[in-house]
Amino acid sequence: MNIWLVMVFGGLITFGMRFSFIYLFGKFEVPEVMKHALHYVPPAVLSAIIFPEVFLPNQQLDFSLNNHRLLAGLMAVVVAYFTKNTLITILAGMIALVLLQIFFVSF
Amino acid sequence: MRSEIKTFWEGVRAEFPLLVGVFPFGLIYGALALNAGLSTAAAQLMSSIVFAGSAQFVTTQLVHEAAPGVVIVLTIAVVNLRHMLYSASLAPYLKNLSLKWKVLLSYLLTDEAYAPSIIKYEREGITPSSHWFVFGAGFSLWFNWQVSTALGIFLGAAIPNSWPLDFALPLTFIAMVMPMLKNKPMIVAALSAGMVALLAYSLPYKLGLILAALTGIVVGTILEERK
Repeated sequence: MNIWLVMVFGGLITFGMRFSFIYLFGKFEVPEVMKHALHYVPPAVLSAIIFPEVFLPNQQLDFSLNNHRLLAGLMAVVVAYFTKNTLITILAGMIALVLLQIFFVSF
Repeated sequence: MRSEIKTFWEGVRAEFPLLVGVFPFGLIYGALALNAGLSTAAAQLMSSIVFAGSAQFVTTQLVHEAAPGVVIVLTIAVVNLRHMLYSASLAPYLKNLSLKWKVLLSYLLTDEAYAPSIIKYEREGITPSSHWFVFGAGFSLWFNWQVSTALGIFLGAAIPNSWPLDFALPLTFIAMVMPMLKNKPMIVAALSAGMVALLAYSLPYKLGLILAALTGIVVGTILEERK
């Protein structure tokens, strides 16, 4: 599918969800279980993206110290935990990855 | 009219601290979207067509991984599901507005516009001009998002291709997820989604991503219900 079609469909769905209850007010009630489930959407989707990026750098599971993305990712986890700052976390992870790539071509 | 303009600016002022927080995300999105292979026009227009930060980051990542369009659209839907909750929560306060206003405010209904708006309504209820507050909060965020995207695209073009910029997206996601992991259901939801994403990675059409996200959501919800 063309990127523009993806954007138009993605935009229509997003608008539809924002408009849904504002438009239908009084006709539906959000089920309690759905309210709870929605809390878990962001951590679930984001983790589903993060894990393959750090554990499967070359489409293969790599838990070794040669996996620079895993080490840089762990660095970011630690920095995010202590600083709770997005920019500092990204910078720390990027600097870690660049330094690892420069100084440790492989163990 | 005066009270409407006054309420509009009140919404802008309430939004201001959030604008400061969102601006860097717009910069990062603009810079990374180009790097992931989106055209300048697509990167910029996504910020007004989709207008949803996390969904735009996820779309950028999936375009980079050459995921099929249907999977990207499905993922946008899952990521933005929470907006239905905001819609339901604001609906009683917007029920008397014209359809035009409902459409406009729905388009502008992001996480960051919802937060100050619901606080205002819960404190003061409906007043003749209160929807202008939502408009002020939503519009200032929209404007801020367009400008920061443009600036990010501009700056991103200057970054050398040899930098491993593609890793900045997963790093952004790590920075977003870590503060969410405050209790056991959240942590287990994140870990189970991550594990399934690894196990199901070889499924076609990036379906592993959807399967993993659904697993995390179900596991987290069940754990919370059992508490």
